Amino acid sequence: MSVDLMTPRLTASPFSRANPVSKLAAAAVITVVVMLSVDWVSASVVLAAELLLMPVLGVNPWLLFKRGWPLLAAAATGAWATALLAEKTGAVLFQLGPVVFTEDSVAGGIAIGLRSLAVALPGIFLLLTTDPTDLADALAQKLKLPHRFVLGALAAMRLVGLLVEEWRTLGLARRARGVGAENRPIAKAGAFVGQAFGLIVQAIRRATRLAVAMEARGFGAGRRTWARESTYSTVDVWVLLGGVLIAGAAAAAAVAAGTWNFIFV
Amino acid sequence: MGLQITTAVPGPVPVLAEGWGWRHAGRKDPAVSGASFSIAPGERVLLLGASGAGKSTLLHAMAGVLGDDGEGEEAGRLTVAGLRPSDARGRAGLVLQDPESQLVLARVGDEVAFGAENLSVPRAEIWNRVRESLADVGLDVPLDHPTAALSGGQKQRLALASVLAMRPGLLLLDEPTANLDPEGVQEVRDAVARVLDRTGATLMVVEHRVAVWADVVDRVIVLAAGGGVLADGPPAKVLAERATRARLVEAGVWVPGHTPRLKLPAARAPGGPLLQAMGLDVARSRKTGPVLRGVDVDLLSGQALSITGPNGAGKSTLALTLGGLLAPSRGELTATPALHRGAAQSPVKWKSAQLVARIGSVFQEPEHQFLTSTVLDELEFGPRRVAKLPEAVVRQRVDTIAERLRLTRLLQANPFTLSGGEKRRLSVATMLATGPDILMLDEPTFGQDANTWAELVTLLAELVADGKSVVSVTHDADFTAALGGAAVRVAGGGVQPVQTLRRAA
Repeated sequence: MSVDLMTPRLTASPFSRANPVSKLAAAAVITVVVMLSVDWVSASVVLAAELLLMPVLGVNPWLLFKRGWPLLAAAATGAWATALLAEKTGAVLFQLGPVVFTEDSVAGGIAIGLRSLAVALPGIFLLLTTDPTDLADALAQKLKLPHRFVLGALAAMRLVGLLVEEWRTLGLARRARGVGAENRPIAKAGAFVGQAFGLIVQAIRRATRLAVAMEARGFGAGRRTWARESTYSTVDVWVLLGGVLIAGAAAAAAVAAGTWNFIFV
Repeated sequence: MGLQITTAVPGPVPVLAEGWGWRHAGRKDPAVSGASFSIAPGERVLLLGASGAGKSTLLHAMAGVLGDDGEGEEAGRLTVAGLRPSDARGRAGLVLQDPESQLVLARVGDEVAFGAENLSVPRAEIWNRVRESLADVGLDVPLDHPTAALSGGQKQRLALASVLAMRPGLLLLDEPTANLDPEGVQEVRDAVARVLDRTGATLMVVEHRVAVWADVVDRVIVLAAGGGVLADGPPAKVLAERATRARLVEAGVWVPGHTPRLKLPAARAPGGPLLQAMGLDVARSRKTGPVLRGVDVDLLSGQALSITGPNGAGKSTLALTLGGLLAPSRGELTATPALHRGAAQSPVKWKSAQLVARIGSVFQEPEHQFLTSTVLDELEFGPRRVAKLPEAVVRQRVDTIAERLRLTRLLQANPFTLSGGEKRRLSVATMLATGPDILMLDEPTFGQDANTWAELVTLLAELVADGKSVVSVTHDADFTAALGGAAVRVAGGGVQPVQTLRRAA
């Protein structure tokens, strides 16, 4: 099984045709608003909008779950920890020895959990609906980020995909040598560290060869042209407008509900 | 051709070396020294020399990617089109050996465009060049085709197209076919010949296997191992000259008309079965479907078995499954009592200590299997740490194997610093140290020079004569013929037996 990070299965939704820079901007606006306040209303509005928009954005829910479940787990853990550790004000809902949940601590936990998801989803949507090459083109041409850096990162991403395969091969190659013979945890940890070291050696070798190949093709020599032009279209206006609307609605709803809770105050 | 803002003047370029040399930073001896030659525009040169004679270094220098003063020390003078190579960027196009690590982008069209972009070629002109270059190398795939989905030969032709889009006047090829199957070798060679005929570019190619390029080149330069140029002239003359020929043979170059001399033990009839596959389906992982179905094959003691077939057909997956490293997705893989000796019948269930005493799998890339920091530790690892043999036995075994595979001199060296041939010998030696009944090898002769090749064939033939079962995944018809035994061909999702080979005496 090869993991190809470079060619995500993109659907033909209008959103996937938007310029990555406008997607980035919309995601940034939404993220900032959610970050500003720890309350469950703004987070819920944003999360609901994100989930409702999935078909429009061309995000496959199953694919989203497959890639995003660790985040779901992290958000749940964060919510649980907050509910457990936050100040115990309000009525007691549950008590068992030192474990106490109160109305306010549970509300805080829910807010943290929803907020983590609301913040994480725009970034995941961006990755699921954007071709990395297009993203690099947009970052370099539209945001004028240094092309050496952007293209270097893009090439490195392709290597990451190769390294996933290499990790498997290394595992089999080392098993053939008898590594992993012992079942003790320390021996297992040692074997893992050894395999990780082997992977680093291979990664450095590949990266060095790739750098030579890129340099031989004139990379880094100075000014360059772009074979693919990164452009804006009307879709980008809608994407930006959507981002601002969602962020605005979330803030307004929270203020109206009286839950707006500015983080710096 | 429209507006063109390239820095370079198109057309074939000359190369001039005057007492040129290079010493890598931190090394005592120079990689190249005293190299002097003059190459006229459009000449096609094959660069030969013993491994370690500095062929790759010279090629990298001409491509302008050797680095600056911090990375080494230069002597003499080397110019490409009259310029220092680092100032002549884009005039020389370099294609390397490993298809994987020279791909930059995800789509074929973008990959070809990359070099032209870096030379600031205008957009419209870039796409003209992309289409032209792909046509030149005969790569007929859509521009948005994923580069990851290409075969090895296609990837190398893509790498060639990618440098062609820069309109180089000098093509530098560093063993571009060493990792390819015979069809891939042919594809790449033909593409290069076509491109040279059309563009008239100067060619400099490094390759052990002279026969591949003999018809394409019109000049051979042989670098001497101790520095300087050993021979320089038309292929027929250089390769026919007795002293030069003898030196090339000694250096492990595959000189046409010379077959490495083998002293093989007498072939004997194979013994009983060790491992039997019946209706075996093999898959790379549980999530992916089987690449081969219904494989029936017996591994006999005292028999060599070659698994042949095109790239990507599933040969390596079959070897990993037979080697007890991957679980079969269907069917039966059964060890006979002669092999399992009381362990489970299915090899994939064996503990590591049981596995290494029964089947040794030698991977294509030796570095994947190196675990320690010296050759001695590498050899002792299996017998001492896995098989837990008595110390006296470990010593005795390691001594014998090191001696037999000519590693005694290298026992204190770091495995990663060995030459390609030495790494291959070590990877085989580490597997033999635990005394397995079956030895599996994946492409053991890829990229090996003639000397290492002959050594490997001799060693494997001796193992077969000792009653081992030796299984090789290979494209190398010479290897299969020399080793003899049985052969199966993997193609179209299944396995067909090929006639039993008789070894050429």
